Parts: sequence; C-alpha cells; structure tokens
Amino acid sequence: MSELLLEIKNLSIEFHDHALPESVVEDVCLQVNTGEIVGIVGESGSGKSMTAMAIAGLLRRHDMKKSGEIIFQGEELLHAKRSELRKYQGNDISIVFQEPMTSLNPVKRIGWQVEESLRIHRPEMSKEERYQRAIESLRSVELLEPEKVYRQYPHELSGGMRQRVMIASAMICEPKLLIADEPTTALDVTIQLQIVKLLKRLNQEKNTSILFISHDLSLVKRLCDRIVVMQKGRIVETGTPQEIFEQPKEEYTKQLIAAIPRLEKLEV
Amino acid sequence: MKKRRNKNPQKNLILGIIITAIMLTLTFVGFFYTPYDPTEIAVENKLTGCSLEHIMGCDNFGRDIFSRVLQGLGNTFVIAVLTVSIGVIGGILIGAFTGYFGGWLDEILMRANDVLFAFPSILLALVFVSIFGTGKYNVVLALGIAFIPSFARIVRSEFIKYKEMDYVRSARLAGAGHLRIMFVHILPNTTTVLLSSIMIGFNNAVLAEAGMSYLGIGVQPPDASLGSMLSDAQSYLFSAPNFAFFPGLMIILLVLGFSLIADGIKG
Repeated sequence: MSELLLEIKNLSIEFHDHALPESVVEDVCLQVNTGEIVGIVGESGSGKSMTAMAIAGLLRRHDMKKSGEIIFQGEELLHAKRSELRKYQGNDISIVFQEPMTSLNPVKRIGWQVEESLRIHRPEMSKEERYQRAIESLRSVELLEPEKVYRQYPHELSGGMRQRVMIASAMICEPKLLIADEPTTALDVTIQLQIVKLLKRLNQEKNTSILFISHDLSLVKRLCDRIVVMQKGRIVETGTPQEIFEQPKEEYTKQLIAAIPRLEKLEV
Repeated sequence: MKKRRNKNPQKNLILGIIITAIMLTLTFVGFFYTPYDPTEIAVENKLTGCSLEHIMGCDNFGRDIFSRVLQGLGNTFVIAVLTVSIGVIGGILIGAFTGYFGGWLDEILMRANDVLFAFPSILLALVFVSIFGTGKYNVVLALGIAFIPSFARIVRSEFIKYKEMDYVRSARLAGAGHLRIMFVHILPNTTTVLLSSIMIGFNNAVLAEAGMSYLGIGVQPPDASLGSMLSDAQSYLFSAPNFAFFPGLMIILLVLGFSLIADGIKG
C-alpha cells in the first residue's frame, strides 16, 4: 500500500465578512496517498474549491476563520506562515485552475511562465537548463512544436492548449500533489477527455497524486481511484468509483449520478 | 469616460512620432551645439527680425533666439523628464503597494493622495518653491511631488484590477513573493495605461515648467527656458512678434507630438 501524502483533519472554514458568519466548509476529513487520484465532486458552492484553496494555501488571511489541520508530508500547512508555505507552493503542491483563458499572464511569453516555478524554487539552474526543462515539460503535455509554443503569447493559443500549458507549468518542478480545480469545465467535450487522459498518464509516469475537483461525475469516474462527494460544505460519501456508481448510499449521490447526461435521453 | 472618435489612430501615432522625433533631435543638438552662445549679448542686433544670420531673429538683448530656443528646449525637456520620472516612480511605488495590499495602508496613503490631488499642481509647486526657494531642481522636485498622486491613482486601480486575476494566483501558487508578483507579474500588464498617462504627464510637465518659468520661479536668467522667453517676449509682442512666436511654437509642437502619441497608444 502506498504511503499517506496529504491528510486533512476536521477542516472547517467560516467567512466573517458579513453580519452572520457563513460556513463554507465543515468538518472535512480527507486523505490522499502517494500516486493516488482522488476526485471531489459536488454542485457549485459545495465547498470543493474552498477545500482545494485551503490545501494550496491560497485562502486570504482576514475575514475568515479556519480550523482543523492540513498535514502534507508530516507538516501542518493550514496555520503555517506564508514564508513556509512558499517552499511547498509550486514545488511540492501545484494547482491548475478552471479558466485557462485568464490563468496565463497576457504580457509574458509561454516559456517564461512555464519556467516561473523553476526560477523560484531552483535558482541554481542555468538559463539553458531551464529552457530544456520547459521544453521537456511542454512536450510531456502533448503540445506539438514545444519550441514554437515556448516563444508564443497566451492569446495565440486555444483554450485546450492553454490548459496544457497550465499543466506543464504546474508539473515542471515535479510536484507530489497536483490540484486540478475543475480543469476541464471551460473546455469542450473532446478536449476534456484529452486533458483527463493526459492527467492520468502524468499520474502514472511521475507518480504524482492528483486531487481532481469537478462537478462532472462521468469524468471523475474515468479518472479517479477514489471519489469524495461533497454537499453544502460537508463530505456526504466516499468510495471507489465502483462503490459510488453501483451502490450509492446517499440520496444526493444518486441525484448527481442521475444528472449525468446520457445519449439515449437525447435520442427520444 | 467618453471615448473620442478617432478615425485613424495609427496616423496620429505616426504624426506624433515624427513631430516628437524632430523636437527630440533639436533638443539633443541643443545640448552640444548652438549656432551662437545663447547668453552672448550683442546690442547692435537688438530685436532684429528673421535673417539668414539669425534665422529666428534676436531678442531684446540681441541674443540669437534660435540658440536660446535650443537651450530652452533642453532645459524644458530635462525638467519635464525628471518631473515625470519622480511622479512615475513615486506613483508606481505608492500605487502598487496600496492597490496590492489594500487595508489601512491604502486608506492612509490614498487619503493623503486626495489631499494632494485637491490642489492644482501649479499651486502646489508654488507652495514648494516658496518654501525651498527658486531654481531648476527645486522646480523639478516640486512638480514631481505634485505629479505623484495622479500616477498613484492610475497604478493603484490597475493593481486592484489585476491582483485577483487567475494568473496572479497561479504566480502566488508557484511560490512567488509579494514583491515579485507586484513588479514582475502585475506591473508589465499596466504598461499600456501607464505609457499613455506618462505622455500626458509629460505634456503637463512641459506646460507647468513653462508656466513656472513664465512666473519667474523656474530656470533663472541668463539661462533660457521656453517659458521665461515667452515671459520676456510679452513686452515686445508687437515690435518683435518673432520673439514670442518661436518659443511658443516649440511648446505647442512638443505638447502636440506627445499628445498625438498618447492618443495613438490608447486607440
């Protein structure tokens, strides 16, 4: 059995910026092992992205009450100082966002952006080594002509290509955990499948754990070793794809499964 | 803001670049070479008109106006560049920190900014000059400080716009520090807006310098500046119109060139 990489214990997040405190994540417990792909599914506002942000250390400091523990490789992250967090960010933990159109800086070349983590975490690398790594990384996400893409600007690329670039820049330091926050939502269906296959391949080749957040159960089923279903900030059900799809225990899970669009329905 | 209809911004940009290029060439030539000594007094040439020897004529002391215009352009240009530099650097620093971090720092600095902004920049510069005394560099300092608020506002609003963008979050997630995010990731995005406001700021600086020299608190005689030449020329407006015409023309061309460029960048 592979070892434990990330453990979330009783994570709760409350917003305090309005008169009434608002709880967005409640008592979430979650484990991710090395090399495992865990899917978090749930409707909009179910707290899945907030959980991911908390792991990545992207929650803003004020207006918010956080409790619980996030333990990554034996280190507590939730209450860690920013300076300590930065050692992990981009190096051991990376994230791919939902919107590939706004995730890349429009005034910087692709290569520069892909290299950014290297520049921060591997300052000893020479320019030439960085270039090689960036090209290698762009090639590994199945971008044709990585040398050309390296010199392009984001507006010259399509959505699918940008998302690949995002994955390439997230993977360049070979992180142990990749958080994919709805990486396929903004893409069309054929590209979604390609991205999912790509993530699966990277997971197998580099043994990177992936926390895949989505509201699309059919994609999660294809990709993940384990599925966590969230509703209203709580985890309602956990299990392997088989368990979830064949014997869903919760009413909410059944509803989610029933909501997957099927071809037969369209043919009526 | 109402956007002015502009049929061909490209044309304006090119025209602006041409005018500015000519003015800059004249300015740089003026640093190294003038046909006559701009401060040499020759009574026999007093208020003569245009001639082949003195293409713009001579002023009330018989000094060659063309030489003085070249020198004045240089002075005006240096003052404007230094003023805008102080304004832009100060504005970027204040705008970046207040826009990026927000909170109480933002409140304090922006309220101070509002106070500065409430005074016309010339008035503010006059106050500075009356405290620190007249002279070229005091004028630069005074105008520069007076220019900070407008740049700070522009930069601040840009930073507020960009700091929540996904690519800024990505950069933070790559482990980039605050300063790196502010100046490497966000600042390049503000260049378009900043560039056109620098051009407009430069114009304002030229006009403010001319205005201050006109009032006699900028460049001190016998050195020439476009504003002080205009001021001297006003007593001879009818007897020697060329005396006022050429410095005025230079100010207009300088400002027009930069305005057209600023307009072209925006369009």
